[in-house]
Amino acid sequence: MKNIREIALEEHHDFVGAKMGMWLFLLTELILFTGLFILYAMYRVRHAAEFHAAATELDVVIGTINTLVLLTSSLTVAVGIEALKRRNRKLAKWMVLLTVLFALTFLVNKYFEWSAKIHHGIFPGADELLSRSQGEIIYFNLYYAMTGLHGLHVLVGMGILLWVYFLIARKPSEKVVVAPPNIEYLKGAQLIASKGEQESWVIDEIKDDVVEVEVVIKKDPKKAGVDIPNIIKLENAGLYWHLVDIIWIFLFPLFYLIT
Amino acid sequence: MASHAIDVQNAQENYLEVKGRWSGILSWIFSTDHKRIGILYLVSIAFFFIVAATIGIFMRLEQLTMGPTLMKPEVYNRLFTLHGVIMIFLFIIPGIPAILGNFFLPIQIGAKDVAFPRLNLLSWWLFMIGATLAILTLFLPGGLPDTGWTFYAPYSIRTGSEVSLAVFAAFILGFSSILTGLNFVTTVHRMRAPGMSFFRMPLFVWALYATAWIQILATPMVGITLLLIIVERLLNIGIFDPTQGGDPILYQHLFWIYSHPAVYIMILPGFGVISEIIPTFSRRTIFGYKLIAFSSLSIAIFGSLVWAHHMFVSGQSDLANIIFSFLTFFVAIPTAIKVFNWVATLYKGSIRFEPPLLFALSSIFLFSIGGFTGLMQATLPINVHIHDTYFVVGHFHYTMFGGTIWALIAGILYWFPKITGKMYNKKWIYGAWALMFIGFNTLYGAMMYMGWKGMPRRYYDHLPEFHTDHVIATVGSWFLYTGILVLVSTLIYALYRGAKADANPWGGTTLEWKTSSPPPLENFEKEPVVEHEPYYHEEAIR
Repeated sequence: MKNIREIALEEHHDFVGAKMGMWLFLLTELILFTGLFILYAMYRVRHAAEFHAAATELDVVIGTINTLVLLTSSLTVAVGIEALKRRNRKLAKWMVLLTVLFALTFLVNKYFEWSAKIHHGIFPGADELLSRSQGEIIYFNLYYAMTGLHGLHVLVGMGILLWVYFLIARKPSEKVVVAPPNIEYLKGAQLIASKGEQESWVIDEIKDDVVEVEVVIKKDPKKAGVDIPNIIKLENAGLYWHLVDIIWIFLFPLFYLIT
Repeated sequence: MASHAIDVQNAQENYLEVKGRWSGILSWIFSTDHKRIGILYLVSIAFFFIVAATIGIFMRLEQLTMGPTLMKPEVYNRLFTLHGVIMIFLFIIPGIPAILGNFFLPIQIGAKDVAFPRLNLLSWWLFMIGATLAILTLFLPGGLPDTGWTFYAPYSIRTGSEVSLAVFAAFILGFSSILTGLNFVTTVHRMRAPGMSFFRMPLFVWALYATAWIQILATPMVGITLLLIIVERLLNIGIFDPTQGGDPILYQHLFWIYSHPAVYIMILPGFGVISEIIPTFSRRTIFGYKLIAFSSLSIAIFGSLVWAHHMFVSGQSDLANIIFSFLTFFVAIPTAIKVFNWVATLYKGSIRFEPPLLFALSSIFLFSIGGFTGLMQATLPINVHIHDTYFVVGHFHYTMFGGTIWALIAGILYWFPKITGKMYNKKWIYGAWALMFIGFNTLYGAMMYMGWKGMPRRYYDHLPEFHTDHVIATVGSWFLYTGILVLVSTLIYALYRGAKADANPWGGTTLEWKTSSPPPLENFEKEPVVEHEPYYHEEAIR
């Protein structure tokens, strides 16, 4: 006789725990960028006019396109998660792939943007840049540091999404797994029998007057084609992707729109 | 022994005997068992401690005489940097959480393991990779960094020593620390046994919980700061370089936003250990449980708001100085709450004097000296006078070494029978204690004294007027070092030849004492159900 919580633990299926860990990790990522935002704020206060002048040299059109690309990619990954939750593996696969493509578009745009700047002699340590005012030098140094670190996160996000894509693309296992909302809902329940594709559970912690409730979990042949752990993996990957998105939402106005 | 201790001796294979997928050393370095990972950390961290302590001995030997006798100034600079980097990043920050926390946090809340066992193993691997990179700088052309452990810009940007690699190593170690913190927070929230409410958790768990939050919230800040040093050195992206409009003071701010809370990462778990030991050896429940628990959290919160007290002479504004000085005094309040509650717990307790209690009480005593001298330094006028002198060196060794390391030793002595199933020779431990206690106070007391007289820190040489003090300090360091070696040898001897230990040799009341020594692979025969507060003594043993 095993407690459902124990089964969940053995199979590493504490979905709430997994998500909590992910949120904590995102918090650390936010603070990582906070350091840069603090530096940006301090230097901007000191060199407000030079920051404005330097910002005019950035290409607002490419910046806007990239913002739209990232925002749309957040939508596609969200649709992908919902699709997988509804057991639509095919749609989920396409959506994740689309997200990866958007990420790639973003990086390609960034590449052209950076190379144009570097072509004009505006890169850290270049004589052209160092001949300018201190405020402009620090603006472009921050620009490269912050968009560079963000670009690195886009790259990592792409990698994670691709990994989850291959997990989803794999043929799902035949094993019957209790769906995550049920595991949470049935906390404290005991498994009393398990037979083939049908499992029976007895719950002892619903209300005081309820002594026994039987829940029969059947596999729906149409919806069975999803490995439950992949849902939480995609969801966590999606959370990471939203973080990458949200940081760009702040970078865009701070560098492009302050003219 | 406490009557309600469940006797599960020999019922299940203990974690040291279990045969897994791997054997030999692989069964350790690839194990996801939190207990084995705790021991991995113990062995690796103890190794780094001895290395850094030996470096300390060499620094003291240089100061035994005047002039460059043993080493040149450059070598001295590199040695105090290495001593600091190893002691801080490789020893004292991971220290208690990674060793004792890993081993006992899951057991104390009645769980089988931490929330993310594989991530836990990854943390140890990252730790070892970071350590390897840090030591690798020794063999590269630039050699060991010579900046001091703080890597202050702009010197860290200009120096030819291998700062980039050392800083990258610190970044990786920070990542390892973050993952441990993340793991602990999730474990505390998700893995508690039935009946283990937040206010039934042992205070060690509370301390680790508060520490884990600082690890999560503060470490990324130093991460980005260190990354910026690297990009500034490698890619010339000047953020702190004054010639490119950068401001080195901002580096100091960002650095201390992490590194001051980091001292609470170091000390809070030590307080947690003491809060476990005191009730066990007083045979009564802890006095002021909730206050101790909340004081951990409030130290974590206040401690995050005082970083600029490291920068009183950096040229920041007087207003900032006054605010940070004022806030620094606040940290003393929750700390004093803990000390008073420990003393109140001892009062009229049925005290059994054993080695863990001896080390715990010494830790409180030494930390109090460190704490009071800390308040002196929080006072602006005094700070200007003693800034960057040996007084500061003495002060932080009293807090970090006296507070944390003595608590760590107390914790290892307290839980040694549980971890290994063996008992050590107590007489040798008392001997080691005497050597360490005398050596410690001679060494760091002398440092404080000469610092007060004006001896600056980080100098490889000294003026004749400080000579006697330096000789006294160096002699003290020999006592201290010998004491540490006696302690370590006694424990290693006990590992092989020690008497078999009971499941509960001290009469402890928390969950780890209700399972066998050493614990089985999944910690308990069956999931424990918690019905009491953690320090519930059914009967006092006299």
